[in-house]
Amino acid sequence: MRTLCLNFQLHQPFRLKKYHFFDIGKDSYYYDDFKNKSIIRKVAKNCYLPTNQILLDLIKAYGDSFKVSFSISGMALDQLEAYAPEVIESFQALAKTGNVEFVAETYAHSLASLSHDETEFIRQVQLYKQKLKRMFGVSPKIFRNTEMIYNDRIGEVIAKQGFEAVMIEGANHVLGWKSPHFVYYNPLSPKLKILLRHYELSDDIAFRFSDQNWAAWPLTTEKYVSWLNGLDASDKLVNLTMAYESFGEHHKEDTGILNFLKALPKALHEQSDFRLSTPSELLQKHTPKAPMHVPDSISWSDVEKDLTAWLGNEMQEEAFDKLYKLQSIVEKIKDKSIQRDWLYLQASDHFFYMSTKYYAEDDVHNYFNPYDSPYEAFINYMNILSDFIRRVEQSTPIDKVDEILIHNGTAEDFENLIKKTRKVLKSLKKEVITPEKKTDEATDSPDAVQEKSSANKETNLSK
Amino acid sequence: MKVLMFGWEYPPHITGGLGTACFGLTEGLALTDLEILFVVPKAYGDEDQSVATLIGADQVKVQRIIYEYASSKGRQEYINAGGLMLPCVIDESFVSLGQTSIKENHDVKEIHLEGHFSFEGKYGNRLYQEVNNYALIAAQIATEHDFDVIHAHDWLTYEAGINAKKISGKPLAVHLHATEFDRSGRHVNQRVFEIEKRGMEQADRVLAVSNLTKQIAVEKYHIPEHKISTIYNAVKPLEDEKEIFPKNIDDKVVTFLGRITQQKGPEYFVEVAHLVLKQMPEVRFVMAGNGDMLQQIVKRVAELGIGDRFHFTGFLKGKEVDQMLAISDVYVMPSVSEPFGISPLEAMRNNVPVVISKQSGVSEILKYAIKVDFWDIEATANAIYGILNYPGLGKLFQKHGRGEVDSLVWEVPAREVRQIYDELIACV
Repeated sequence: MRTLCLNFQLHQPFRLKKYHFFDIGKDSYYYDDFKNKSIIRKVAKNCYLPTNQILLDLIKAYGDSFKVSFSISGMALDQLEAYAPEVIESFQALAKTGNVEFVAETYAHSLASLSHDETEFIRQVQLYKQKLKRMFGVSPKIFRNTEMIYNDRIGEVIAKQGFEAVMIEGANHVLGWKSPHFVYYNPLSPKLKILLRHYELSDDIAFRFSDQNWAAWPLTTEKYVSWLNGLDASDKLVNLTMAYESFGEHHKEDTGILNFLKALPKALHEQSDFRLSTPSELLQKHTPKAPMHVPDSISWSDVEKDLTAWLGNEMQEEAFDKLYKLQSIVEKIKDKSIQRDWLYLQASDHFFYMSTKYYAEDDVHNYFNPYDSPYEAFINYMNILSDFIRRVEQSTPIDKVDEILIHNGTAEDFENLIKKTRKVLKSLKKEVITPEKKTDEATDSPDAVQEKSSANKETNLSK
Repeated sequence: MKVLMFGWEYPPHITGGLGTACFGLTEGLALTDLEILFVVPKAYGDEDQSVATLIGADQVKVQRIIYEYASSKGRQEYINAGGLMLPCVIDESFVSLGQTSIKENHDVKEIHLEGHFSFEGKYGNRLYQEVNNYALIAAQIATEHDFDVIHAHDWLTYEAGINAKKISGKPLAVHLHATEFDRSGRHVNQRVFEIEKRGMEQADRVLAVSNLTKQIAVEKYHIPEHKISTIYNAVKPLEDEKEIFPKNIDDKVVTFLGRITQQKGPEYFVEVAHLVLKQMPEVRFVMAGNGDMLQQIVKRVAELGIGDRFHFTGFLKGKEVDQMLAISDVYVMPSVSEPFGISPLEAMRNNVPVVISKQSGVSEILKYAIKVDFWDIEATANAIYGILNYPGLGKLFQKHGRGEVDSLVWEVPAREVRQIYDELIACV
C-alpha cells in the first residue's frame, strides 16, 4: 500500500480598514469588521460548512481509511469564533473522529520566522499550540510554516520546539535529482523530518480544476487516480497540500469540485493502492532517506517558490523592518489590545497586498485583496503601523525605546533619536527661559541656557 | 507609402504639447519606411526636415476668383483649389501676387487673382480665420501632391483633412490629442465642438491618445467605438544626462506644475495641501504655472491661512522646470480631464514620485505611479503623506520609474499607426 496525505490550509487575515494619515493618533481600531465578517460568512457557506460535512460523511463511510490533516491559522480560528462559530463546532466534530490531524503554524500566519530574532516566531507557535489545545484538545506534532516558508535555519528553530516533522514545498531547485516521494531530514537538526509537497498534483486540484482551457479539463477522479498510478512503483508516498477554500470558494460548487472530493476515496480504493493517511501515520511507515539542504528560503508561491511575494520590493522591506523592530519592545507590554494588534498586523497577507509582482493582474492572487494597488496597501498599512508604534511608545518608558533603538537601530533611527532629543531639549529650554523672557536673549545651546539661568539665580540671591 | 499630415506646429517653433507629440510620432513613423509630407500654417525655413518634408501653407499659391455683379453691387469670392470652388470670405491675410485675368460678361465681372495667405500659426484671436484659410490651402496641396493617406492632428487641422480627402479620395485619419470637453469643461465652445465632431465623422479612423479620450469621443460626439483606435503617446529619450541640481532646502516639497486652469484641477491641490499641512506643518507646496484661475487660487490659499507654506512661481521654462523638479519630493497632477498628460513622465525621469489623477490618459499605462480620483482630496493627501513619510515608496518609484518612462518610445505607437494606415489603404 502506498500513502497519500491530504492537507488543507485554512487562513483568513483580519483585513484592515481604510485608514488615513489624519486618523493617526485619533483612531486605534484598525479592522474592517464588516468586510471580514462578510467574507467569513460567505466562505463558511460556500466552503467550510459543506466541505466539513463531506469530510464527516466520508469518515463515517470509510472509517480508518479516510484521513486528512488541517493547518488552520490562529487568526482564522479567531474570526471563525467571532463570525461563524458553527464552523468551529464542525471542526470540533471532525477532531473528535480522530481521523483528522491538526498541523501547527504561526498564530498570525506571519513572517515571524524571517525575523532575525527567533523569539517572536517561537512565541507565536506556542500561542498557536495553546489555542489548538483549548479548541480541539490536541497537541500538534507536525509543523507547516506560513506559506510553507522554510530554510535550514527555520527548520532548526522548528526542531527546537519539539516538532517531529515539517511540511515544505517540493520546489524543483531544492529537490534537484531527489524525489518528493520520500521523507527527508534537516541537516542541522537531523531529528526533524521533512515532508515535501507535490505541487503539480496539488495545483491540479487547487488551481487548475475549473480551468476550461486546461488540456485535462474536466478533471475526474478516474483521471486523477490514473495520474497517481502513473507514478513510479517505488514512489511510496504523495503529499498534497492546498488551500481549503479551493473547495466551493475558489472553485464554486457548480464546477463539480465538491463531488470530486466526495468521489475521491472510492476511486482510490477501487483503482489504486494509495490509501489516505495523516502525516503522523505516514512518518511511522516511512523513514527518512537523506538530508534535505535548503540554504535559501523557499515557499509554495508561484513558480519562483521564493519570498518575493512578501519581501520582494522596497515597500515590503520597509514595512517588515519597521514592524519587527518593535518585537523586543512589544514583548514587555501587557496591554491586551496592543498584544492583539501586534499579532494581527503581522499577517503575511498585508505584505502580500504590497507586492508589485501581480499588480494589474486579475487572478487568484488578488482574491479577497481589499486594495486597488500595492501602493494603497502599503500606505494604509504604514499609517496604521505609525499609530501602533505611537501606542507602543506611549506604553513604554521613552528611555526604554531609545535604549532598544541604540542596540538595534539603523543610522536613520539614530538621526531620528537625535532630532527627538533636540526637540526635548528645546522644550526644556523654553521652560527654563520663560520666567526671564523679557531680559534674556535667545541662546542656542542648552549649556548656555543652564549657565545663564544659574547666573540669574546667583544675581537673585545676591539681591 | 506617402502620408499627407496636417499639424499646427513643427520644431523648433513649438509652444505646446501638441507640437511635441506630432513630431515624436512623425519621427517614429519615419522609421517604418514611409514618406511624410508635413503641412504647417507657417514655415520658418529653419525646421529639421530629416524625417519629413515640410510644407508651409503660407507658401502655397492659390487662385482667388471674384465675381462682381454690377446691377446688384453684389460680390462672391472663391478659392479655386484643384477645380473645387470653395466659397470664402477673404481678409487682409491674402497676399496678392497680381491679377491673372479679367472676364466681363453682361452684368458679371470675373476677376482672377493669384496669391497666398499669410499665417501667424499661433493661437491668437485670428485663429478661426487661420483655421479656415489653412483648410482652403489644404485642398490646393492635395491637388499638387501624391499621397496614400491623410492624417490630421486636432481640430485645428480637421477641416484641412476633410478638404484633402474631398479632393483626393484618399482615406483620412484624424488624431484626437484633446477634446473641447478636456479644454473647457462644461463651457464647451460650440464652434470647436462642431469642427471636432465633423472631423471624426468624416474620418475613416479616429486615433485617440487614451481610452479616456476614446470614451469621450463615443459618449459626447457619438462616434462609433469600432472606428476609434487608442494610440498612446510616448516620449523622446533624453539625449544626454541632464544637469543635476542640488536640493538645498530641508523641507519636503510637493509640486504642481501646469497651467492654472479648470482642466488641471489646481483647486484640489490647494485643498490637499491644507489637509497635509494640518499633520505635517513643515512641508512646502509649490504651484508652478500660470492661468486664468490664479487669482481664485491665491485667494483660497489666503482663506485657508496656508500662505507661508504655499508658494507660486509663475510660469517656468526649460532649466527652471528641471530645477523645480530637482527640489521636489512629490509631483502631483490632479487634472480633471487629461487626454494623455506628459508632464508626470518628466517628473519620473527626474526621480520624483508622482501622484496622478485617474482621469488622465497616462494613468492607463503607468505602473509606478499612485493613481487617485482628482476629486478625492483625502486619498490624494494620503498618497502624498505616504510618500513623504514612508521612504519605501520613493525608493521603489526611483528604482523603476525612470525605466518605465524610458520604455515609452515613439517606435511603439508609430508601428501601431503604420498598421492603421495599411488597413485604411487596403480598404480603398
